[in-house]
Amino acid sequence: MTTNVPAPPKAPLPSWREKVIEGLIWLSGVSAVVIMGLIFFFLLREGLPTLGEVAWADLFSRRWYPIEDLYGILPLLAGSFLVTVGAVLIAVPLGLVTAVYLGEIAPTWQRELLKPIIEVLAGIPSIVLGFLGWVSLAPLIQSLGAPTGLTAFSGSLILAYMSLPTIISITEDALYVVPKEYRDGALALGATKWQTIWRVVLPAARSGIVIAIMLGIGRAIGETMAVMLVTGNAANLPALNAGIFFQPARTLTATIAAEMGEVAQGSTHYHVLFMLGIVLFLITFAINSLASWLVGSGSRRRARQ
Amino acid sequence: MKNNYFAGLTPWRNGRYLLLLAALWLLVPALLASCRPPESDAGGAVAGASLAIQNKGSDTLVNIALAWAEAYQTVAPEVTVAVTGGGSGTGIAALINGTVDIANASRAMKESEIEDAQANGIDPIEHVVAIDALAVIVHPDNPVSELTIVQLADMYTGRITNWQEVGGLDAPIVLLSRETNSGTHVYFLEEVVRLGSSENSDIFAPQTLLMPSSVGITSELRRNPNAIGYDGLGYVDPAHEKIISVARTVDEPFVAPTVATASSGEYPLSRNLFMYTAGEPEGIIADYLSWIVSPVGQEIVAQLGFVPLTGGE
Repeated sequence: MTTNVPAPPKAPLPSWREKVIEGLIWLSGVSAVVIMGLIFFFLLREGLPTLGEVAWADLFSRRWYPIEDLYGILPLLAGSFLVTVGAVLIAVPLGLVTAVYLGEIAPTWQRELLKPIIEVLAGIPSIVLGFLGWVSLAPLIQSLGAPTGLTAFSGSLILAYMSLPTIISITEDALYVVPKEYRDGALALGATKWQTIWRVVLPAARSGIVIAIMLGIGRAIGETMAVMLVTGNAANLPALNAGIFFQPARTLTATIAAEMGEVAQGSTHYHVLFMLGIVLFLITFAINSLASWLVGSGSRRRARQ
Repeated sequence: MKNNYFAGLTPWRNGRYLLLLAALWLLVPALLASCRPPESDAGGAVAGASLAIQNKGSDTLVNIALAWAEAYQTVAPEVTVAVTGGGSGTGIAALINGTVDIANASRAMKESEIEDAQANGIDPIEHVVAIDALAVIVHPDNPVSELTIVQLADMYTGRITNWQEVGGLDAPIVLLSRETNSGTHVYFLEEVVRLGSSENSDIFAPQTLLMPSSVGITSELRRNPNAIGYDGLGYVDPAHEKIISVARTVDEPFVAPTVATASSGEYPLSRNLFMYTAGEPEGIIADYLSWIVSPVGQEIVAQLGFVPLTGGE
């Protein structure tokens, strides 16, 4: 047994103080759960009346035009999906490569320079990025030949930029906790640096990387204002062709933000907007569940080996 | 025994409690905020009794409303008018929910909105406060300068998708519109997209870009030669945007929107701008509204590029 420094003798807490503190801790723990439950309850209470007011077939139709009672959410789902997938396709490879470079290859001085810069990126308010996208990115995309620069791709680029810091930081942390012995072992067996990273370090950090990606997706799908500025907000079901990312799109979040101020409380439109909130909640819930399932199955497999 | 007890409280567990505490303090204000709307409903109803007037709605009217509110300070310094925009639908919804004294609208209230208001015990009263001409605008490089309303309707419903079909270059048409909570959007829908016919149920083409503000339309229009948009005449800057002359039909003359053509009714796309009150206005709200339609109030309308009421209402 290692000899720990013995704890300095403290005056025993009077039992009532201990009780009060325990009670407060219990209360804070329980209230977090209760508040989550209440949020979900209000969301359901305001959103579920939709199902009595709008037929399922209308809800999954192709037109969203609430002032004429057309509540087809397909274009909005497609818009959110398109913008998020685009962001993930850009941010994940870029983020992983950057994290691997920072964690495994870069010399210390570079790492110490780059890490804080990347962390500052995470602190830029999304509306500022949206404004930059509106002012400079949209004209650039338009000059590439799109009829307008306000496209799903513009939104994806902004979102990718916003989720990069999350993905890089968490991936780098995941790489950091991979024991040094793994790398030493691989190199000692004659693996090249590339083989070590690709075959040993990345697989070992897999669960952390999955979490990084999922948090990045979570950041992307929930973002509102930046997306609202640059995607054009056309509730159009995108045409499935090569230019799919270069069409205007309207996301679930932008729709809620743009229209919530207009609706009369208790109207069908109001309920449908809360329904969109439920849909968003379910999507993020599914992403989180998928993440924890992937992480869980990864660690189970390692445990079996 | 005691040692065991402390050993159970590992740093990790302490950390988790701290997290929960943090979550609690973050979420409590959120919960309180979510409980607030019903209270403020009650608060809004009595606001009329104080010397503050809550005024909200149409983005088309917001600049005039701000100018009125500012000028009224010299007339009645004890009254403060708080003006916010957000769109006609937003203002009307606030009136229905009882959170404003005056709602600004660039369109008349819909039947369904009046019913909603009456269901909430509010009887909305309409006041015409100014006239606005809706200008159809394109990029200055666009060779097209005249369009009929039928051509505009064909463009905005997606029946025409290339500028060539209306005498322009071979380029796709990019449609710009305000969001659906804008009174300008509804006016354009009824008068242009549906050609002013109540039996016509055409709606905007799905590829129409919905911009959150008037500025959104003008700034996209200034950099996009393919775009077409519409905006209140008071918001159009002829130095940066080209104003299209509009004709009702091919047989009628094309008219450019000006203060003169809008007030004479020659220009087809002009409309009344409204303020709505909950019930007949009383006290300071009545004074304010009568000052607005007075010559002094209407002069401000003319200064801002809108069309003043003529014939004294």
